[in-house]
Amino acid sequence: MPAAFRVTELRKRYGRLEALRGVSLEVAPGEVVGLLGPNGAGKSTLAKIAAGLVRPTAGSAEVAGHPAGSAGARAAVGYLAELFRFPAWMGADELLRLHQRLAGSDGGARERVELLELVGLGHAARVRVGEMSKGMQQRLGIAQALIGSPRLLLLDEPTSALDPAGRRVVRELLEDVRGRGIAVLLSSHLLGEVERVCDSVAILFAGEVVARGRPAELARPRGVEIETDAGVRVVEGAGREDVPRLVEEAVARGERVYAVRPLQSTLEDAYLEAVGEEPR
Amino acid sequence: MRGAWTIVGYAFAESLRRRVVVVVLALTVAFLALYALGVHFAFQEVERSGLVFAELVEERALVGGTLLGLAMFAVLFLGAVLVVFLTNGIVRGDAESGLLQPLVVRPVGRGTMLVARYLGAAAAGVAYVLVVYLLAVLATSALGDWSPGNPLASGLALALGVAVVAALSVLASVQLAATAQGICVFMLFGAGLVGGLLGQIGEALGSGTLERIAEVASVALPFEALYQYGLHLLTESTSGLTEVVIRLGPFGGAEDRGPGLVVYAVLYAAVVLALAVALFRRRDL
Repeated sequence: MPAAFRVTELRKRYGRLEALRGVSLEVAPGEVVGLLGPNGAGKSTLAKIAAGLVRPTAGSAEVAGHPAGSAGARAAVGYLAELFRFPAWMGADELLRLHQRLAGSDGGARERVELLELVGLGHAARVRVGEMSKGMQQRLGIAQALIGSPRLLLLDEPTSALDPAGRRVVRELLEDVRGRGIAVLLSSHLLGEVERVCDSVAILFAGEVVARGRPAELARPRGVEIETDAGVRVVEGAGREDVPRLVEEAVARGERVYAVRPLQSTLEDAYLEAVGEEPR
Repeated sequence: MRGAWTIVGYAFAESLRRRVVVVVLALTVAFLALYALGVHFAFQEVERSGLVFAELVEERALVGGTLLGLAMFAVLFLGAVLVVFLTNGIVRGDAESGLLQPLVVRPVGRGTMLVARYLGAAAAGVAYVLVVYLLAVLATSALGDWSPGNPLASGLALALGVAVVAALSVLASVQLAATAQGICVFMLFGAGLVGGLLGQIGEALGSGTLERIAEVASVALPFEALYQYGLHLLTESTSGLTEVVIRLGPFGGAEDRGPGLVVYAVLYAAVVLALAVALFRRRDL
């Protein structure tokens, strides 16, 4: 089975600004990949190229084995933009029906009801977009992106307008999506969300992938903190496997050990390091 | 094909919900009522007092033709307003507001989407022009007992003119934001009309330069030439002094441009639309 999304040496230039500078990335079927990076890093451009909204300047981009932007690729993609709007006069069910027709989905009313239930809008099928809160519209946007069971779901800041309860709905939804074998490229500034739901993370900075891996791999050991009657000290570079030795050494020095704690860097630390800022 | 019909239906539903159709219908009813009133009183006046040179002209043809010529201009303008509003902001405007992207990522394709939006707007404009124009013809016939020689052909020329305006508006929507698009198309519309007027002035003054300018304008913006052709078809049955007097009025621009103009206008609209599709396909959203 081809990768859900694969880009090789992808470049995009807007006039004098180079938004992507040779990005290579692969998203496997059913994999949830978090795309992190500061504003202007190229996250939205990458998602737009995958969705066929933006044409790359150089390099290649494929969705489910089809060139990005081709009819085959568009049929395999579900997309929710960071800045989107639906017609205010349309009801939720009406909007999903429109997208079913455009996507060629034969899911009918059952698919629409299921998707609205999935995003917690089962009660709002007849509510017009203009009467919905921003959070409801964002959840409707996710339901719209899932029409026709796409192979790749592109979510650009999908939780930016959501309250904590709404974010939890999206987290659960992503678990459900993963269970259906749909790959997800999730662009977000919310590192905690990404750490919790993503199988792997790619950090973009100035149009390049500067770090890639599982959240646990990116979050490296930062040392071991030992509290004894002589005070608290941090042994830099030490890991969990060094704890017995460090305790033995402290006892051998005649110190009384009260606590030992391996220190782990967070994804936030890894992110800040990757984009060139000192973790606090 | 299903996707194209879905887009046409979406565009129609959007125009209904945005009350474009309701507003246009209300204004059209007002226009037709005013027109009928004008026709009634104009013919009543002619019946009662007669024209100064009544024995030299066909009174009913002169009054009916003049009024219907004015109605043609009004219908062309209203039709242009309708198609400009129906195509307003459909590419760049909707892209800037985030409305377009969820639709464009679907498999229906950019070309199909744009052509469907054009066909929807042009069909609405053509139907509107034909219906309103033929209602004006019926009103003239019922209230003034005068009918033009070839009302359907002149109505079709007028409708084709509106379809050309719709193609220009779609092209402008690819490159310009909604407000700029509206301004641009109405300025082109005005430029076309001015070109036609220059031709009339040139003809009256015997100025070849002005006539050439009008000729170039009619090639670049053929909706004006179609309007002039429609006027010609309307009055081709008149002759003698009646024809001369009518041509001093709003029919001064009537030109027999022949059926070649219709072929040219259809090709023109197709080329403009193809250009719009090509630009839309290259556009980053």
